[in-house]
Amino acid sequence: MNTGLITLEILGMIFILAFAGLMLVVALLGRKRPARRLREIPAFAKLNRAVGLAVEAGNRLHMSLGRGQLLSQQSAVGFVGLSILDRIARWTSFSDQPPIATSGEGTLSTLSQDTLQKAARSVGADYDPSRGRLAGITPFSYAAGVMPVIHDEGVGANMLIGSFGSEVALINEAGERAGSLTLAGTDDLSGQAVLFATTQEPLIGEETYAGGAYLGASGLHDASLVAQDVFRWVIIGLILISVVLKLAGVL
Amino acid sequence: MKAPISTAVAMAIGLIVLLGYFLQLDLLISLRIVLLEWAVMLVAVALLVGVANLFYVHWRKVATSQPNNLYSLVLIVMLIATLAIVGWFGPTHPYSLWLFNNIQLPIETSLMALLVVVLAYAGVRLLGRKSNLLSIVFVVTLVLILLASGPLFGLDVPGLNELRGWIAQVPAVAGMRGILLGVALGIIATGVRVLLGADRPYGGN
Repeated sequence: MNTGLITLEILGMIFILAFAGLMLVVALLGRKRPARRLREIPAFAKLNRAVGLAVEAGNRLHMSLGRGQLLSQQSAVGFVGLSILDRIARWTSFSDQPPIATSGEGTLSTLSQDTLQKAARSVGADYDPSRGRLAGITPFSYAAGVMPVIHDEGVGANMLIGSFGSEVALINEAGERAGSLTLAGTDDLSGQAVLFATTQEPLIGEETYAGGAYLGASGLHDASLVAQDVFRWVIIGLILISVVLKLAGVL
Repeated sequence: MKAPISTAVAMAIGLIVLLGYFLQLDLLISLRIVLLEWAVMLVAVALLVGVANLFYVHWRKVATSQPNNLYSLVLIVMLIATLAIVGWFGPTHPYSLWLFNNIQLPIETSLMALLVVVLAYAGVRLLGRKSNLLSIVFVVTLVLILLASGPLFGLDVPGLNELRGWIAQVPAVAGMRGILLGVALGIIATGVRVLLGADRPYGGN
């Protein structure tokens, strides 16, 4: 076994353990202190308003979870989407038009049905299994499957939080034509460039992963934002030190 | 904590898989491989469940005469036909390949062509919707890259290719790495939250 590889693996484990440790410490300290004020992300402010307006106007909320596969790193953004779906489903399941979730992957579709069912049960509302749907399993069949949902089912706001490529532009266009608000975030770089050009409120970079904290999911969500900020500065510091060492001829 | 058993099982399996990546112990590596093989099988079963759900949603749309139910009927007919043909003859039989090459491929290619128009229109509309410095930089960069990437009526604008190369290799890569670092930290944060039971996408909330 390569010694360098083992060292990198140990470093990786230390990084994860330190991250988790910091999250736990911040979450425990946060219990005794008043709630932290989070930087304003316009997309999440609009999401809160959109949820209220949709319920009042009798419109439906549509959540699209993308095509992130469970066994890849794309699963993380899918989990964030499910976490947001859980929050908005709990707020709106009692309305006349409960939310709909679409996804482009079998496990995400099953998990979205589970999330919607739990949310409906928690507020004593009826659950309809057709509210959690598999729209298509290739990028364009997925987009083609989502577009009629936006057009035909009285959707007032769309939240696209998951792994999307450039096909997300077609979904956004459907939202524009239907006159519904669209908020979107993806882990894919080309998808983010497309979202910047086509969405009213794009979520760029790590903003997508902050959804749970901004919707008040739990103290650990807030703590994870603090840990991300701390480790971002650590990484920036390491990059700058590396640059200086390289310029000095040490590396 | 509700549903403590599912939460404990998920956390334990997550930890075993994670430790299996970092610690080169035979037992952990074997466990990780077995658990990932199970997950692959579950993903395949979930896909079947998803397809059954797709059928059910469109069947109900047809049965209850919802708007645009003709498209749902076409989807159901094609789903059954594709399952029958590919299931009977196999995925590499000429009939199965005919379905793929003459129905799915042209439709997806058409959508890709439509995407080009949508993106070009969005690029133009961006300045009207968000007329700020970032949007101007975005559109100017886009135009420069497009001009340098395609044939410009046989004209050779001096410095354009060099400018394109510089944009692609310096500011684009710098921005891309910054965004990727943020995404990587977001992925770690989400993973740790799942391991600690704060996010439970598997049920048990």
